[in-house]
Amino acid sequence: MEHLQPVIIIQDLCKAFGSNVVLNGFSLTLYRGENVVVLGKSGSGKSVLIKCIIGLLPFDSGRIEVLGQDIGNLSHPEMDQLRTRVGFLFQSNALYDSMTVRENLEFPMRRHRQSLSAGQQDELVMEVLESVRLPHTVDMMPSELSGGMRKRIALARTLILEPEIILYDEPTTGLDPITSMEIIELIQEIQHKRKASSIMISHDLKMARIAADRVVMLIDGQCRLSGTYDETASSTDPQIQAFFA
Amino acid sequence: MAIFPGLQEVLQEIGSLASFGGRYFREMFRRPFEWHEFIRQCYEIGYRSFSLVALTAFIMGLVITMQLRPSMVYYGVESQIPAMVGVAIIREIAPVITALIFAGKIGSSIGAELGSMRVTEQIDAMEVSGTNPFRYLVVTRTLAATLMMPLLAVMSTGISLYGSFLGVNLYEVLSWKLFIHQVFDSLEYMDVVPAFIKCFFFGMAVGMVGCFKGYYSSKGTEGVGRSANSAVVMSSILIFIIDLVAVQVAEIIW
Repeated sequence: MEHLQPVIIIQDLCKAFGSNVVLNGFSLTLYRGENVVVLGKSGSGKSVLIKCIIGLLPFDSGRIEVLGQDIGNLSHPEMDQLRTRVGFLFQSNALYDSMTVRENLEFPMRRHRQSLSAGQQDELVMEVLESVRLPHTVDMMPSELSGGMRKRIALARTLILEPEIILYDEPTTGLDPITSMEIIELIQEIQHKRKASSIMISHDLKMARIAADRVVMLIDGQCRLSGTYDETASSTDPQIQAFFA
Repeated sequence: MAIFPGLQEVLQEIGSLASFGGRYFREMFRRPFEWHEFIRQCYEIGYRSFSLVALTAFIMGLVITMQLRPSMVYYGVESQIPAMVGVAIIREIAPVITALIFAGKIGSSIGAELGSMRVTEQIDAMEVSGTNPFRYLVVTRTLAATLMMPLLAVMSTGISLYGSFLGVNLYEVLSWKLFIHQVFDSLEYMDVVPAFIKCFFFGMAVGMVGCFKGYYSSKGTEGVGRSANSAVVMSSILIFIIDLVAVQVAEIIW
């Protein structure tokens, strides 16, 4: 029954930028251990959706509950505390370019794992780097890394606080097909090993086919369809068909 | 408002900066304070600006003395050069010129750094990792600029006076001891204290405006350039406004 325990509940979420309505009553429930891929064309509001979930963007109406907490009612310190349980992988990786890989990984730990000694923190950094198969980059600067390596380091930074939920913003965008496949496999491996739940935002059908337990189609600001990859791909909705064509 | 289309924008900017300043003072007293980053910023802002400030201060003292000399000789008061230059440097020239150089170097650098962090989502990354980016980036930089600016101004004053001493010695022999004695003999308490106090405000203006412009940067790389540029322009204007206010306040108090 573990998979039926909801970790994120989104109800009737609405978000507009001026007259441009991006999310118009979007609803979604993510269960523990589940991997949901949200598909939608560029500009459909996918990134806005996960930024609302993590509290980076305020929403206009609706309700978002993350790990049992209504994020609309949380104070700043409470939100910061909740964020330590939710990892976020940015599309642009967002590595701190003035810091080495080690410092990038230590940054969240210095604030939220203060009970760990310097040696234990170092051990954890190396362990996470091993899991993304880049232990040799520990003292390198982000500018010295390739696109794929930066994505892996960003993933390692996301994992360092051992989050219960991971939000991925287009994890394969801008990568070549081989690196893209490596990242998908790595994400899958991590998901299985750490038993985290995840929402992946993407328009990469290959990733949806391989990684998704459930696919959600975001069209016109709403959840048009939710189901397995095969169910979604065989939908008769013309807008969904156009996406899979 | 339609008659002055730019006025609304200017007023909005002033309002946003005031609100940003209010948040800075609130966040400054909240825990945890980012000591490590604050000390790093003191080094970056203070030590790394020293050579540029020192060079300009030296040239400034030398040139002012050399340019002033013909007029002083004409009126037969060349012996008053150290006193005159000393008062000018300590009261006005060193603090303001140092602040303007500080705005050019530090204001633009903070604006560009934070702007670049904003457009590459590094500030958002800090926020989602449960770190308050305002406290980590803005409070540390603004506070470091506030504290480093007076120190730089004091060093700038000393170096400028030494430049002036060399300027005097190009034409006549005057010992350093006598030069300094003449400078300080003509100074009063109110020449030094207001000049020193206003440097804190100059530093805070430069740090805060640089952070404000960078923190709310948008429109990609073009926005980063614009943030750096407008940080320098806005903080330079603020320096002159603060200077004007400081003179008035000093006149009233002393």
